[in-house]
Amino acid sequence: MEKNHNVSRRQFLTYTLTGVGGFMAAGVVMPMVRFAVDPLLQADAADDMVDVAAVDELTEVPQAYDLEYEQDQGWHIEQVSETVWLFLEGDEVVALSSVCTHLGCTVNWGTDPDNPEQFFCPCHLGRFERDGNNVPGTPPTEPLHRYPLEVRDGRVFLGTNAQPQI
Amino acid sequence: MLQRIYDWIDDRVDVTPLWRDVADHEVPEHVNPGHHFSAFVYCFGGLTFFTVVIQILSGMFLTMYYVPDIVNAHASVEYLQSDVAYGMIVRGMHHWGASVVIVMVFLHTLRVFFTGSYKKPREINWVVGVLLFFIILGLGFTGYLLPWDMKAYFATQVGLEIAETVPVIGELLYTLLAGGEFIGAQTLTRFFAIHVFFLPGALLALVAVHFIMIRRQGISGPL
Repeated sequence: MEKNHNVSRRQFLTYTLTGVGGFMAAGVVMPMVRFAVDPLLQADAADDMVDVAAVDELTEVPQAYDLEYEQDQGWHIEQVSETVWLFLEGDEVVALSSVCTHLGCTVNWGTDPDNPEQFFCPCHLGRFERDGNNVPGTPPTEPLHRYPLEVRDGRVFLGTNAQPQI
Repeated sequence: MLQRIYDWIDDRVDVTPLWRDVADHEVPEHVNPGHHFSAFVYCFGGLTFFTVVIQILSGMFLTMYYVPDIVNAHASVEYLQSDVAYGMIVRGMHHWGASVVIVMVFLHTLRVFFTGSYKKPREINWVVGVLLFFIILGLGFTGYLLPWDMKAYFATQVGLEIAETVPVIGELLYTLLAGGEFIGAQTLTRFFAIHVFFLPGALLALVAVHFIMIRRQGISGPL
């Protein structure tokens, strides 16, 4: 038992030098690693709501509006513009993304002569109902995404991240 | 556990001779500060290598954020220094390390000179060392421009105008280094490429030659 506690001079030096060396290496590498993984640990930017339209302008028929906002990309501010379909569902305002859930083309309202009451994607003939649900038998596999929405003083404010409906 | 993993690998690919050849060799008494404290002067070559390793590491990480373009260079440096966690430290390591490398190289050169270690049979290694010194100066000069601030710009202007005074080929040299008739967008990109690819490549190759020759010829004897 006593024997096992003996540490030879060589072992002692190996342990201490490895330990000290490890601390030194960690001191050098740790700041760099933290520097590199900073994007993972940055707090998410507050999702400011953007004023897009007046409720008065909206109808039952979807109309295209521009959702414009600034995206902070480190040393660069990107001006982003997205097309949003706005319409009234009874008293409620609905904001649908114009990005087709198939492969990301831009959908249009009523441009397919055979289906004037549907969203239509020209790329692969994908179609969506007015509420955004994808028409079975066409390429899209999920409904159009919806924007978070708030109505303040008769104006429509949208969040910048459209959310899946399912 | 670690020992067993090591043994498993060593059993198959026999790595022990590889690292033994690199790491396991005797340090002569006259270069061991444990025997004679004044032997610390023999550490400067190793310290140069150590700081160069830090320069390469911190430089690799800096390029994650840096943009070698006149519109964005300064803004990206400002961003990585003030907004990215530990940015000030990583850039500080690269900034101060650059000066430390030069100081260490200088002290190493003095040691080699005053111990006469450049004499036969080590003349070639002295020449390689001088080439390494020029490469390190080149790294310092090209890196100085990259933040693209006033100091960087005018230091480069002075440097390139010195190059221009070289007889006969001066103007060609200026155009080659500046990438055109004046210091601008093309100079910055060119200096970036030289700083990040060409000179480090040459540095690593020559450092390898430097080290291989030390192992071949051994450390020079005591005074």
